[in-house]
Amino acid sequence: MIFETVLITALCILMLAMLANLYRIVKGPSSADRVQALDSVGINLIASTAVFSVLLHTHAFFDLILLIGILSFIGTVAFARFIERGVVIERKR
Amino acid sequence: MSGSGEVVGAILILMGAIFSLISAIGNVRLPDVYTRSHAASKSSTLGVLCALVGALLYFLISDGFFSIRLILGIIFVFLTAPVAAHVICRAAYRHQVPLAEQSVQDELKDYYMEDEILKVEDKGSLVTQGK
Repeated sequence: MIFETVLITALCILMLAMLANLYRIVKGPSSADRVQALDSVGINLIASTAVFSVLLHTHAFFDLILLIGILSFIGTVAFARFIERGVVIERKR
Repeated sequence: MSGSGEVVGAILILMGAIFSLISAIGNVRLPDVYTRSHAASKSSTLGVLCALVGALLYFLISDGFFSIRLILGIIFVFLTAPVAAHVICRAAYRHQVPLAEQSVQDELKDYYMEDEILKVEDKGSLVTQGK
């Protein structure tokens, strides 16, 4: 009983963190701020998935943790290359 | 037997959530993109590592189930979150996002200015060679 209460409290704290990051995504003056905050939201999503899998007591979401991590990293690197050079994949010359 | 797993998991998960909230507060309150990246990358990485280790220890102690996928997720997040923050910060610096007003020195400025000039000269020599 106390264990479920603690887990739901942790989920509420993670939701507050995601809302704060959402404020930075909406307001951020440069696009690097927005990409950084989106990456942070992805990391908070990983933590929420872990908390949910403990709360529901299932092993089914562990693949999802790895998948969200990989997709968040690839998206962040692609956006950073786009900001830095204007293209994501460069052509050979 | 299952009580100790619940205690360890609850403490680690709550600690991870609080670290994530601290990182988000830093992401809102700090003045420019570099300090925000400092807060967001380090503290939220520590938070997610605490939450994942809590889930791993909870399943290990209460079920006796050792998840190799969770270990892989922990290692992957630990390796890639600082790299993502570094790439974003370098992109912001190359894109000339300004520093905060109260920052006192910018040691990278000279190097990047030289780099840009070299790049322009390279492109000019390439164009003349092409002709």
